[in-house]
Amino acid sequence: MAYQNARPKWTELAVGTAVTCPGSSRATKTGDWRSARPVWTNEHCVKCGVCVIFCPEGCIQFQADGYPTADLDYCKGCGICPHECPTGCIRMQDEVE
Amino acid sequence: MESLNVFAARLWPTENRFASGHRACQGCAEALAVRMIHGVLGRNTIVASATGCMEIISSSYPDTAWTVPWLHVAFENAAAVASGVEAGLKILVKKGKLPKRKITVVGMGGDGATADIGLQALSGAMERGHKMIYVCYDNEAYMNTGIQRSSSTPFGASTTTSPAGSLSVGQSTWKKNMPMVIAAHNVPYVATVNPSFPFDLASKVRKAQAANGPAYLHVYACCPTGWRMAPELAIAIGRLASRTGVFPLYEVENGKLHITVPTPKLSPLKEYIQPQGRFRHLDDATVAEIEKRVEEEYRKLERREGLVL
Repeated sequence: MAYQNARPKWTELAVGTAVTCPGSSRATKTGDWRSARPVWTNEHCVKCGVCVIFCPEGCIQFQADGYPTADLDYCKGCGICPHECPTGCIRMQDEVE
Repeated sequence: MESLNVFAARLWPTENRFASGHRACQGCAEALAVRMIHGVLGRNTIVASATGCMEIISSSYPDTAWTVPWLHVAFENAAAVASGVEAGLKILVKKGKLPKRKITVVGMGGDGATADIGLQALSGAMERGHKMIYVCYDNEAYMNTGIQRSSSTPFGASTTTSPAGSLSVGQSTWKKNMPMVIAAHNVPYVATVNPSFPFDLASKVRKAQAANGPAYLHVYACCPTGWRMAPELAIAIGRLASRTGVFPLYEVENGKLHITVPTPKLSPLKEYIQPQGRFRHLDDATVAEIEKRVEEEYRKLERREGLVL
């Protein structure tokens, strides 16, 4: 689904300034807040899913191969996933230009 | 192995009802708690949200992070609006204008909107017996406006309106025991919830949803920004809060108290206090004093285990 970040003029506002597109915050890519990104070492990953449930962004998902990975469009780099990972297969890598 | 789903974490509902792209700070456990709770509640949910962090971060116009019907209401009346929504749904179903189905009405607010400003509306909604869930996300101060103290701020915490100094210990009063205030309304279900214990959270949310009447959930929500701590410790500190007895996890079901995560031997309070900058000024004597009080409160709770309150 495409999320348009439409900024309506005041004359075009819905009644009660209702927002009619659910989940439209996906248009805001919060990934640029990040100073470090989580990197998975799949050889050590046991696919337990602890990182998936503890991600405050909800941006970590299981891939088709069963290994989780973060959607870097939204990951804010909080570092909860490496801290909670039971096998220590996630590490934070500094973002470089 | 793959097909057996042996890892319980993999059974967690994957649909994200609190969409990515919200503006919560790094490591916000409150946003995590919202996501977890709404993952469990499912899609037939209507939410009335008081002003607070969760309103600011999720609904900066024209965006919304919500994928369920959501209303923003004033600071003091989230519970009143939620009870109105519930009453409205009931009459619409009765008149045949809506198909009969199970819709969960949720009121939500921060600790300020629950324990200070919205207490009157909440008390009214609980007393009238509306079939709704009220969820309080307790980050122990008014974080949204810049870390002012609330009645839910714990003793000794330094906030901008209770600053620590040579003559001040920080917050000088004990945290208000909000779950017990609601339990005194004789509602069917009251529970304390901590996102660091996700399966305990899920079972409590399901019980609240199934309760025949008002239910109240008090959620411990770590705020790394306001508590002056590293964001990656947000989950670990929540775990410590329950292990040290600062935030015991219990439920009061039809008046009967049950501790869901029993901790016979409490961890030293120092472990909980040390990573948090808001407690940095406390000396050992004060920490020992707080520890004694925390232990006392926890043993009091233990003695009431299984009793009808």
